[in-house]
Amino acid sequence: MPSLALLAQSLASGIFIGALYGLLGLGLSLAWGLLGQINLAHFALALLGAYLTYQLGTAGLDPLATLAIVLPAFFVFGAALHWLFARFAVSAFNSLLVTFGLTVIIEAAIQWIWSADFRRLESHYADIRYRVGTLYIPLPELLTLALAVALSLALWAALRYTDFGKALRASAEDASMAQAFGVNAKALALLLSGISAALAGVAGLCIALSYTLAPSQIYAWVGVVFAVVMLGGLGSALGPLIAGIVIGVSEALTMAFTAPSWAPLVSFSLLIALLLLRPEKI
Amino acid sequence: MKHIFALLIAALVATLAQAQTVKIGSTLALTGPLSATGMIHKVAGEIYVEELMLTVDKVDLLIGPYATANIVAAVGVAQRYNKIIWHHTAGVPSLLKYDMQFPTGGLPADPEVSLPELVFDAVAHAPKAPKTVAIVTSKFPSVHFISVGAREVAKKRGLQEVAWLEWEFGNRDFGAIAARVKEANPELLFIGAIGVEGLLLVDALRKIDYTPPLHFHMFPAPGPMAKSPAAQRALALTTFEQHPPFTNNPVAAAFVKTYNERAAKAGLPDNAVELQAAGSFATWQTLEAAVNGAKSIEDKALAAWLKKHPVDTIIGTLRWETPSNYMPGARLYKIKQLQDGKWLVVWPQEFTAPGAKLLAP
Repeated sequence: MPSLALLAQSLASGIFIGALYGLLGLGLSLAWGLLGQINLAHFALALLGAYLTYQLGTAGLDPLATLAIVLPAFFVFGAALHWLFARFAVSAFNSLLVTFGLTVIIEAAIQWIWSADFRRLESHYADIRYRVGTLYIPLPELLTLALAVALSLALWAALRYTDFGKALRASAEDASMAQAFGVNAKALALLLSGISAALAGVAGLCIALSYTLAPSQIYAWVGVVFAVVMLGGLGSALGPLIAGIVIGVSEALTMAFTAPSWAPLVSFSLLIALLLLRPEKI
Repeated sequence: MKHIFALLIAALVATLAQAQTVKIGSTLALTGPLSATGMIHKVAGEIYVEELMLTVDKVDLLIGPYATANIVAAVGVAQRYNKIIWHHTAGVPSLLKYDMQFPTGGLPADPEVSLPELVFDAVAHAPKAPKTVAIVTSKFPSVHFISVGAREVAKKRGLQEVAWLEWEFGNRDFGAIAARVKEANPELLFIGAIGVEGLLLVDALRKIDYTPPLHFHMFPAPGPMAKSPAAQRALALTTFEQHPPFTNNPVAAAFVKTYNERAAKAGLPDNAVELQAAGSFATWQTLEAAVNGAKSIEDKALAAWLKKHPVDTIIGTLRWETPSNYMPGARLYKIKQLQDGKWLVVWPQEFTAPGAKLLAP
């Protein structure tokens, strides 16, 4: 019979990995739901962010301070990418193909700069963990959870209560009508695209703090994060975090109490169940 | 994404009388989850063809890719065209029935028995021999195959199995698996892992303040392990490490020197010669010995020569005596341990690094 300590530690582990899923899914969901961009390159950007954190961190910069460089750079990249998409009127489906190509280019660039070998950021954060009873809480994972919750809540509040958010939602629903009311849809889209890319940079920081890096890792979370985004609802700010934690905890409990190799079935089983039972929620 | 990059190495060959061209085809995964090791084989292969030169005429030969599944596919192609093929890292011999395939990495004909026996022999000589074992493994074909065999070997040796866990290759979240290992509290953690999976697991264990007294990693990525505090005292399989007695061989010493330089130039974070690079080099040594020994480039003549003649390489003497052409027993394999950031052979005793011994709490 598994102990309570195992249950508690597995639950914590599921919440932490779910927070990373949510963080990776947040920018993807907003761009997909509000801009009609299915941005596969979001994963490549996140890993590029992780490598930049590694590089800057190895050079002596505190990993958290690297955000001061990575976030503005990624914001500009995201906005520029959307400008190109708008310039060439790339459709949602074509955006999937174009960003897949971009993903391959970023992967090749990462491999060219940092080689295919594994890289690892050794930071003092990795050595810090808190003990609560029998439960251990590592600081890097706690930071991931805190960032995921804070950013999801902030974006949810911005979308719900600010003029910026209302204008974005109005543009997503009926762009021409929103423009008739004076909404500058193009500028908002550039802004949101930049924010989405910056969110990938934040996810990259979290990946660098907790994982060993390799270029192929771009694809490690694609399937599960797509499931998270669809379960959480396209364009939702809180949905990916909630869906991520549900999937993360389900996977962790599967690993803790049955064969760990069954865990990957969880996310897709949940997605299929939702598609069958509540297709209108997607 | 896995992308197989075709590597065609063309080496200009000088004989005493005239220059001739040798073409050797090989495939390596230079992107995807196996790319880190693919790079090691690429660097080692380039050193061989550039530094040593093949003195043969009009060769059209094949060297297999890295890792079991890719090698099995490549051997199928070689068989279709009746070509001889050398390969270094196929860990499931029973999958290879073709009589002109020649393993050159030193793997035994029965890796699922011989390799776990070697591991359990080594830890039996630890300051406190383990009585319990947790066997946890990736579902990557060869390491899973050997781990399943390890369960049987452990049972026969009277080791109590306190956990048996499997995960899909590519898994990145080891939190819950670590919690289960901690709960089982084994005296030996036998990890059937390839690449960084074992490192991710010991990292996850460290985060919950647990380190097993002994932890064995089957085919780890050596570089990241060496730099990680969580991986210290990890045990792993090897055939070669860059310390005596291995480097007493002048060919090995020269290769180590060149590889260290070339790997640094190629941007690899770990520049040491170990299992992978040495196995790759041994493959090229075998190829050269066969062509020169058989004085032919005909596939059947090369295969016949190899069946009758052992070849001395930097990892030891390779033989192809069994029906599968694999080595009988794990005689070329050793156990190494990560000590103060360096991999040192600690078993068998005649191959241990100077002054080294297996460390355990």
